[in-house]
Amino acid sequence: MENIHVQLPLDPEQIKTLRAGDTVLLTGVLYTARDAAHKRLVACLDEGRPLPFDLKNQLIYYVGPAPASPGHPVGSAGPTTSYRMDAYAPRLIAQGLKGMMGKGKRNQAVIDAMKAHGAVYFGAVGGAAALIAQRIVSSQVIAYDDLGAEAIHRFVVKDFPALVLIDCLGNNLYETGPAQYRLPD
Amino acid sequence: MREIQASQITAQLKALILQASYNIGPDVEAAVAAYKEKEPSPSGRAVLEQLLQNYAIAREEQVAICQDTGMCVIFLDVGQEVHIAGGSLQDALAEGVRQAYGEGYLRKSVVRDPLYDRTNTRDNTPPVVHTRIVPGDKIDMLVTPKGFGSENMSRTKMLVPADGEQGVIDFVVNTVIEAGPNPCPPVIVGVGIGGTLEVAALMAKRMTARALDEPNPDPRYAQLEQVILEKINRSGVGPAGIGGRTTALKVNIATYPTHIAGMPVAVNVCCHAARHAHAVL
Repeated sequence: MENIHVQLPLDPEQIKTLRAGDTVLLTGVLYTARDAAHKRLVACLDEGRPLPFDLKNQLIYYVGPAPASPGHPVGSAGPTTSYRMDAYAPRLIAQGLKGMMGKGKRNQAVIDAMKAHGAVYFGAVGGAAALIAQRIVSSQVIAYDDLGAEAIHRFVVKDFPALVLIDCLGNNLYETGPAQYRLPD
Repeated sequence: MREIQASQITAQLKALILQASYNIGPDVEAAVAAYKEKEPSPSGRAVLEQLLQNYAIAREEQVAICQDTGMCVIFLDVGQEVHIAGGSLQDALAEGVRQAYGEGYLRKSVVRDPLYDRTNTRDNTPPVVHTRIVPGDKIDMLVTPKGFGSENMSRTKMLVPADGEQGVIDFVVNTVIEAGPNPCPPVIVGVGIGGTLEVAALMAKRMTARALDEPNPDPRYAQLEQVILEKINRSGVGPAGIGGRTTALKVNIATYPTHIAGMPVAVNVCCHAARHAHAVL
């Protein structure tokens, strides 16, 4: 399979060409957020306060990295399970967020928001966290430092390996992939 | 009476947490490698290859295999001839966790209160400790710092005797298939059957740490493990849930006598980063 190079922040035109099952290499800037940070981001929107970063065309990576050991920009940093962010994701997509990256299924509300706003859901291999960390060039906490591992980090990544799990048309690799290999009872 | 210093317990626990977090067990690595050879899905094989590379990087660089280094679960079998000196057992264990997660660059993932005060405790304490008093003058320590992505996919159900073998098979298989990609397949499926609600759950967790090349001593349950494993691997979920025939590496069952009215079954799903370490003091 040929890898597709994707520059971050995302280009809405390129998102339209990505299809579930494509393998991609991500290069550029992304932001991390997981449960507690999402709760705060949506609280900001509810209260009309500014977000700590502009969501327009951004990719949020669902990860709480391990601390960096000496000589590394970041510790192990594989994806966390995405469904816990489903309650918040449609709000962020409506505000301009164009990409999410994690592992695991999404609910219909998220998929509907992705279709309505032209967003994409990428997957990284869960548990391959030391391997993934090698593709993260730098890491900086930009908000919510008090949350520890759940703080929002700004990562610069180079050739970060990922898959398109759900594309902007709603095609879902978690449905089509297993269907190919399912055996009758 | 044999005296064991609390400080020895702290040092041993710290060493075990670091060992488990950086070095995958040879049984798990061998199972992933063997399944990779058999996996018909090209993308499935690519995922399994990434896992093998990841194990190697973590071992060589002595960094965490997975960023989710868990809430630290400790199984302690304390010999009844042991006297712990120089401090409390609970403090000694908490200190071992504090040192390992702090000095070992492991993620701190514990919050103070589950509902009203989800503030990070910043040192990954407290651990979860399961202690048994056993004959002898040693302390047997098993550490399972398991991630919560797979813990969240675990389930317990109070089956009834009439549900029988089929009821057990259906519950375990459905738990794993419905979890799909979420718990980071290929998974190891720990199953506890019998006892009471809490005993079944505890057995299931212990079974995530039983060696993958160790067969069930009871041939009936060894056979049941195989039947469940094959059914799970026919689901098509596959490595990382993107399609393939490697959804589970092993099913490990433990049992305990139970009540005439019941048949509790617990399933503890463990990701492929199945980390555990064991020592005897």
